[in-house]
Amino acid sequence: MTFEWMKIPFALLTLFIVVNYGLLLTALMQKIAARVGGRYGIPIYQNYIDLLKNYALRSAITHGFMFYLGPVFRLTGGVGLLLFVPTIYGSAMFSNMSFAGDLILALYFIFFGSLGMALGAGESGHPYSAIGVSRGLSQVTMAELPLALAVFAIAVQYQTLSITEIVAAQQGGFLHWTLFTNPLAVIAAMLSFLGSMMRPPFDVVLAPQEIPIGPPTEYHSAYLALMQTNRVIFPIAKIVIFMNLFFGGASNWPVFFVKVFAIYMVSVLVGVVFPRFRVEQSIRWFMVWAVPIGIAAILIV
Amino acid sequence: MEAFVKPGEKNRLKERPERPVKQELQPRVVKTPDGQEITVEPLKDYYCEAPPRVHPPAYAKIVEDLFNWARAESLWILGFGTGCGAIEMRPLMTPRFDAYRYGIQWRPTPRQANLFVISGYLSVKTLKRAIRSYEQMQNPKYVVGLGSCTINGGMYWDSYNTIKRLDRYLPVDLYITGCMPRPEALLAGFLELKKIIKAGKGEGANRYAENFDWYKANQKQVIHDWDMPDYSW
Repeated sequence: MTFEWMKIPFALLTLFIVVNYGLLLTALMQKIAARVGGRYGIPIYQNYIDLLKNYALRSAITHGFMFYLGPVFRLTGGVGLLLFVPTIYGSAMFSNMSFAGDLILALYFIFFGSLGMALGAGESGHPYSAIGVSRGLSQVTMAELPLALAVFAIAVQYQTLSITEIVAAQQGGFLHWTLFTNPLAVIAAMLSFLGSMMRPPFDVVLAPQEIPIGPPTEYHSAYLALMQTNRVIFPIAKIVIFMNLFFGGASNWPVFFVKVFAIYMVSVLVGVVFPRFRVEQSIRWFMVWAVPIGIAAILIV
Repeated sequence: MEAFVKPGEKNRLKERPERPVKQELQPRVVKTPDGQEITVEPLKDYYCEAPPRVHPPAYAKIVEDLFNWARAESLWILGFGTGCGAIEMRPLMTPRFDAYRYGIQWRPTPRQANLFVISGYLSVKTLKRAIRSYEQMQNPKYVVGLGSCTINGGMYWDSYNTIKRLDRYLPVDLYITGCMPRPEALLAGFLELKKIIKAGKGEGANRYAENFDWYKANQKQVIHDWDMPDYSW
């Protein structure tokens, strides 16, 4: 297999589009949640200013080697996830570095950032970080289980581990989407999606009102800015996978924007309606509601 | 309590007798699970002893102006209510006044905040925590004194246990007068602070570093159980 160097600028272009879309989309979602609460919310461009401000802070202190690497790992998780998944189906420009077995790699990358974050936050030595890490890892691990089951189900269904081929199998009208051909797998995966988006009811890890915002308690300045950058890339990258696996993918950018917005809205809608779970409650919830659906999805394929 | 030293002057007050260091802060030998014996010295191990440094605006003016604009438009307030004035912050987060419109947000940890609102009277006990929180914030950082208590003591003028003038202990950028100032006054104050920052005058952190000895002398004059290093980060 030869590597085409042209893929690198195209991948960077994808990254650029996704970062900007993510910054605006995240602010828009915050505004929507604010409107539900009767507020106007932040300006739509606020994320750009916050990011610039954090990069522009003059001082930063370190707690050690892993403290540096934590945000870097986090960002690697987000960017890597995005770059190994075909963003736009059928486009040579935006299929990025996708290859035959990328579905397994994507599953790994979803978890990679959390692990790096756990190491970095652990080195910061703050007890709240340690509590946040233990909460976060247990919740994310539990939320991964239904997703993994759903992914196995559709891998069996389409007989492939390539995301591109899975998207290709769903072309030709929305009734070909996994959403309609294997609804149980999609339900299990979407429940898992709620758990990994760090929005209510599953945001006890990062919620400012809880143990001060969990793992990033000690992160500041450019470290925090790196993590903020990841927090706009990572959800989009994750949604791209969901879009490709379950909702027919996107064949051009406008469809991409609309579908990503719609999938993101699922977690926002649930988040503004339901109150927050504690960690043991959310784990039980996943065990009772999401995991059996995932197992059923595998059984009926 | 009100005899203060001027900048650059030595502390003329008689030194107080040293208090014994608290039990949990004393150095001790701990045995690790694998049998090693290590010495733990909480006052050295848990804190950084390096004094604060002046961070000059080292960029070209146009870049510094851009950064100052960003800093002004993204004020992250430390969610630390020190006195009764903290109650006036709640309406700012909620629909009635909604300060998020102006880029003002609340952060739960001093590391990520860059605006410290001293909300009302500051008891000596709270001052100690306020100092430590302030020192953990990253440069540039701003302090807003809320209410008359931070200006001259207000109704706590003759209290035995509150400080009167906040700017003797922390570099204050802006005062918001009133007892209590209403949320509208706070919003007006924050907008005024934005002008100060955009003009490049919000250099409180550097003033603190430059006059560090003076601030420390003042702080130690009122805080008698000073069981921490001079600077916590």
